[in-house]
Amino acid sequence: MSWLLVFPIAVPFVTAVLAYLVRMSFWGRWVSLAGSVVTLIAAIALTVAVLREGVVAAQMSNWDAPFGITLVADYLGVVMVLITAITGLATAIYALGEIEVRLEKLGYHALFQTLIAGVSGAFLTGDLFNLYVWFEVMLIASFGLLVLGGSRAQLDAGLKYVALNLVSTLVFLSGIGLLYGLTGTLNMADLAGAVAEVENQGLVTVIAMMFMFGFGVKAAIFPLFFWLPASYHTPSFAVSAVFAGLLTKVGVYALMRMFTLVFVGDVGFTHEILIWVSAATMLTGVLGAAAQTDFRKILSFHIISQIGYMTLGLALYTPLALMGGVFYLVHHIIVKANLFLVSGVANKLAGHTDLNRIGGLYKSSPVLAALFIVPAFSLAGFPPLSGFWAKYLIVKAAIEIDAWFIAFIALLVGLLTIFSMTKIWGMAFWKPHPDGIDPTPDRVPTRIRLPMMIPIVGLAAMTVVIGFFPEPFVVFAEIAALQLLDPEAYVTTVLGERP
Amino acid sequence: MNSIIFSAGARLLVALLLVFSLFMLLRGHNLPGGGFIGGLIGAVGFIVYSLACGPAEAKSALRISPEVLGMVGLGIALLAGLASLPFGDPLFTGQWYWVGGDSYETAAFSINSVLVFDIGVYLVVLGGILSLAFAFEEET
Repeated sequence: MSWLLVFPIAVPFVTAVLAYLVRMSFWGRWVSLAGSVVTLIAAIALTVAVLREGVVAAQMSNWDAPFGITLVADYLGVVMVLITAITGLATAIYALGEIEVRLEKLGYHALFQTLIAGVSGAFLTGDLFNLYVWFEVMLIASFGLLVLGGSRAQLDAGLKYVALNLVSTLVFLSGIGLLYGLTGTLNMADLAGAVAEVENQGLVTVIAMMFMFGFGVKAAIFPLFFWLPASYHTPSFAVSAVFAGLLTKVGVYALMRMFTLVFVGDVGFTHEILIWVSAATMLTGVLGAAAQTDFRKILSFHIISQIGYMTLGLALYTPLALMGGVFYLVHHIIVKANLFLVSGVANKLAGHTDLNRIGGLYKSSPVLAALFIVPAFSLAGFPPLSGFWAKYLIVKAAIEIDAWFIAFIALLVGLLTIFSMTKIWGMAFWKPHPDGIDPTPDRVPTRIRLPMMIPIVGLAAMTVVIGFFPEPFVVFAEIAALQLLDPEAYVTTVLGERP
Repeated sequence: MNSIIFSAGARLLVALLLVFSLFMLLRGHNLPGGGFIGGLIGAVGFIVYSLACGPAEAKSALRISPEVLGMVGLGIALLAGLASLPFGDPLFTGQWYWVGGDSYETAAFSINSVLVFDIGVYLVVLGGILSLAFAFEEET
């Protein structure tokens, strides 16, 4: 049983080592692809186990919790691992077409697989210090991917990215230290009980705010998001799709985990802050996007505004809101990664990502246009696509507790999202190309075009399926939310039955 | 660096440092030491050598590129962790085979996955530090 939890982390690591050793030959990309397939199988196997048992936990090295390192998967954790594996596979296929041999020789595939391992590790760990380690693994791998190729813009972006993320990690680490000093444990399940027994609850709230800051930078919430639009538009498109899909969601996941399991002593204070931060995040993100004209920069700002919805789901702290938050998390990863992949194809066809310098894509590639419409309108929350259900759940949860103003902002942001998406649609797809070029698909050889289109079709199909058959996904999210709100099963699975 | 005293002294120092790093590696587990500190000392040895004779010379003395060394180390460490798979234990559970006895007190020595893991860590640290150090030296 314990091995089911290990494989989603161990397989990408092994793949990274192998891919690095053969990076000079064409085998590197196939090793990476095979590794991603195996990771997906491992993630599916784990999902089946969790569906059967509710929560699955394992103690590494046979040291019992709370002393050893615990890996644990509940509904939320496992769905994140599964979606990570899916995104990993999609971008591994995409990389077959996009990543140049030069980047492969620098170790692209090894870094990519290490990133996937780090993300899966962060979703599966049940230990706070271990979570910090996975954050570091992710940071190092993502920094490598960000600057790989070494153009001036990339180095500039990399510096901002690493500087701000290091600050967040340091605050997070200080928080861990203080928490350990206060309670004497770092096992999350153990902390759930230990924190409640601390005499000085004010100090716990201070630590909670340190965690909120640390994870907030990772998740790019207001006002800590500056690094994201400064960096996401520079690396290769496969890389930015993985970043956009997964990295910020790790921050959101960590917030959800800590602020439902550990820091629930003063919900009126911590979660109230989070509500207004979420509202500000949604608004600034969407307004920032309105001012941009670069394909990927618009999408980057939209990540920020969408993060607001997810943290709002956590902040409202009702079963329905959390359920919406979980649903949103999953829906957003698929949609946002897909939009970045589309922008990569648009760049290949039309030659640029600046919307002022491209156009005519609808005429030359109606298929791509259709594939853009699906995730773009899903992002904006059009029925019947997946984003509609996600937004519906969040807004309904807000109205249910009479948070009218928040509900209004959530709807307004949805409206403004449509504005940005129609801007991309109008400028990249409808207006003629400013240089008079006809960006026909023939300009890109099939060998490159095919692997880039397959993942886009796959992810768009998933969006449509979630949109038309939301029932099982909503039920899944509901169980995940109930598990978060009542962590009894999580705690007993990790620590074992207490006498 | 053109000091003859330094380059003559470096030969002695490098050999000492490398032996000491292996000593630290093997001393680990029960006493202070282990793969990480051993790898650091080994890296210091090679850095001293590259300061004395130039990074090109030090690289050829290392024979394998430090990046590959680090990655191989990561692979070895992973294998040591996965070694508990066939025995039905969770990941990274130490696997011990006692030679000439059945416990720490009675056996002459042991063959175990913990040392293999430490060797992996040693190589990761050595490779990681050296790839950084060589990159810096080539820059200037």
